Amino acid sequence: MTEGHIGRRALIAGTTALATTGLSMPAVHAQPAAGIKIGVVAVLTGPQAALGTHLRDGWLLGMRHLDGKLGGIATETVVIDDELRPDVAVTKVRAAIERDKVDIIVGVVFSNVLAAIMRPVTETNTFLISSNAGPSTFAGRGCNPFFFTTSYNNDQVHSVMGQAATDSGHRRVFVMTPNYQAGRDAVAGFKSRFQGEVVDEVYVPLTQLDFSAELAKIASARPDAIFTFMPGGLGVNLVRQYRQAGLAHIPFLSTFTVDESTLPAQGAAAEGFFAGSTWAPNMDNEQNRRFVRDFETQFNYIPASYAAQSYDTAMLLHSAVQKVGGRLADKEALRAAIKAADFRSTRGNFAFGVNHYPVQDFWLCKVERRADGKFQTATVRKVLENNVDRWAAECRMR
Amino acid sequence: MSATLLLVQGLNGLQLGILLFLVAAGLTLVFGVMDFINLAHGVQYMLGAYLAAAFAAWTGSFWLALLCALPAALAFGLLLEWLVFRHLYDRDHLSQVLATFGVILVLNQGVKLIWGAAPLQVPIPELLSGGVEIMSGLRYPVYRIAILVTGLATAGLLWLVVERTKIGMLVRAGATNAPMVAALGVDIRRLFMGVFGFGAMLAGFAGVMAAPILSVEPGMGDNLLILAFVVIVIGGIGSVRGAFIAALMVGLIETLGKSLMPDLMRLFMDASSARQTGAALASMLIYIAMAAILAVRPAGLFPVRS
Repeated sequence: MTEGHIGRRALIAGTTALATTGLSMPAVHAQPAAGIKIGVVAVLTGPQAALGTHLRDGWLLGMRHLDGKLGGIATETVVIDDELRPDVAVTKVRAAIERDKVDIIVGVVFSNVLAAIMRPVTETNTFLISSNAGPSTFAGRGCNPFFFTTSYNNDQVHSVMGQAATDSGHRRVFVMTPNYQAGRDAVAGFKSRFQGEVVDEVYVPLTQLDFSAELAKIASARPDAIFTFMPGGLGVNLVRQYRQAGLAHIPFLSTFTVDESTLPAQGAAAEGFFAGSTWAPNMDNEQNRRFVRDFETQFNYIPASYAAQSYDTAMLLHSAVQKVGGRLADKEALRAAIKAADFRSTRGNFAFGVNHYPVQDFWLCKVERRADGKFQTATVRKVLENNVDRWAAECRMR
Repeated sequence: MSATLLLVQGLNGLQLGILLFLVAAGLTLVFGVMDFINLAHGVQYMLGAYLAAAFAAWTGSFWLALLCALPAALAFGLLLEWLVFRHLYDRDHLSQVLATFGVILVLNQGVKLIWGAAPLQVPIPELLSGGVEIMSGLRYPVYRIAILVTGLATAGLLWLVVERTKIGMLVRAGATNAPMVAALGVDIRRLFMGVFGFGAMLAGFAGVMAAPILSVEPGMGDNLLILAFVVIVIGGIGSVRGAFIAALMVGLIETLGKSLMPDLMRLFMDASSARQTGAALASMLIYIAMAAILAVRPAGLFPVRS
């Protein structure tokens, strides 16, 4: 949490001082690194802090499993709280690169923060590896040789639910999302693979508290299923009110609405609800079993995908640093080493496509009660295999 | 849209209005009587919800939690008054806004330190957990009916206290002309403190009641606070009756607007843009209504000061 304690004014003063003395930019990594510094960007204050906490803790567990060393080199983690404010994120990330000499930036929960730090980071030829945000902007024409993401392209997750709805034979689906860009993208993504009829689309304000008006609409429309994207507290309210209104017999298909970050508050209300995901805690591979077990022991809560992707990022970098023998200054070699993705992912299948977005499987997951009474998502069936996002073809990187 | 659906939406609107009233009643009293802008009223609502969650987890009973949370909310309100707010009564509104905004930041961060950033849940009490089928396929939770009834009872009780008791008379007098009340030998500071504590408790009560249907999370009061300010401005600052009428109005406009606007827009444009325009217009509707009402009655529906 080092960054958290430094006032913004001090940071600005520090960066301007550096800039005026002309010491800021020149290549820092001339000699083989004595140690590696990684900046982990996560939102740790404000209403969405729970997601950033998952992401940070996933990284920390990765580093612990690696004995604090990436590729055998002692590694220091600098945690950067972006406060979900793009301007703050840019200031802090610049300071981390220029003053703290951070070698690689990882993390980032939200797309708007990622969009803000994209140029400041990659223009200094520093690798930026997103472990959650995966907007379409950087997947197609905007793809970048210094940018990777270990999560997914947002569109894919929504389209998975469209495919799942079609596969399940749902013909009439009611769609409801918040009225902002990501909400509209979710609807577009869902429709891209859904072949039935969308009975109605409802857009609610991001500040919505009570869903009773929408629930009455759903009841009167009598759909075969509903599709929704309601992140964070919105999802908690919707899920509980949906159950209370007696609508739970209508299948609840969702993205980023029921996962391990919201299930503690949704509890039994979410049982049997569906989510689209690339990962779930029950995935049966050795890497994942160890990750979930140790994560729960260490942090005392069930990890969500944010944590798993962040853990994968640590393992990915470990493999890459090992491949280049610790010579981080050789950017070409490091890029090739990261792109090789020669690590064992908690998701099983994992490879990078031409645009540095993962090519991976997507799953239909369902909320279930574990033996210990806690709730988690569990895989139901694989919906898409080795899926490439639809922007990859537009990327000119080869 | 069928008549049943319309009725159901009306009921939903009333229920949102009642919840708004519980928050706005305390706010309008504090603002009206003490001429004190308390932005921190929303976090007191949040605190009520968190206290309910904590006590419910501790005692395992919603009723015990309610019983413990109310005095705790009152005590916390008084503590805040003593620590921060009483030093601000003589300052201008800008200082009050700044200081109470600071309180919001501190308390939002505070609950996160104690309870974590992830949303919490409060289970619906067993007694009120059922539902009534009001239209085919839709159950109206008994708990929501309970909120309606409690809200109406609170409104009635408040009306009685404010209109029919000596304390209520002092409160009304204080809202009209505080220096004069003080000159007549009433300890206005103590009256203020009482009103403030009571307002904080009302907000806390609203938080407790909302906790089983809404997610309990840091910052949950911030959205509601804006609506509460709209309510008290429409109703006339300081008027409990105004707050009640305005809260029901806002609840109904918000809910009916949301459900009718997209259909209404479809008369003028194609379906997909109608949905988005309708949704956007619906969320503006209460502010448009506020502007319209203020244009006709600049001091609100039931102005206290003439």
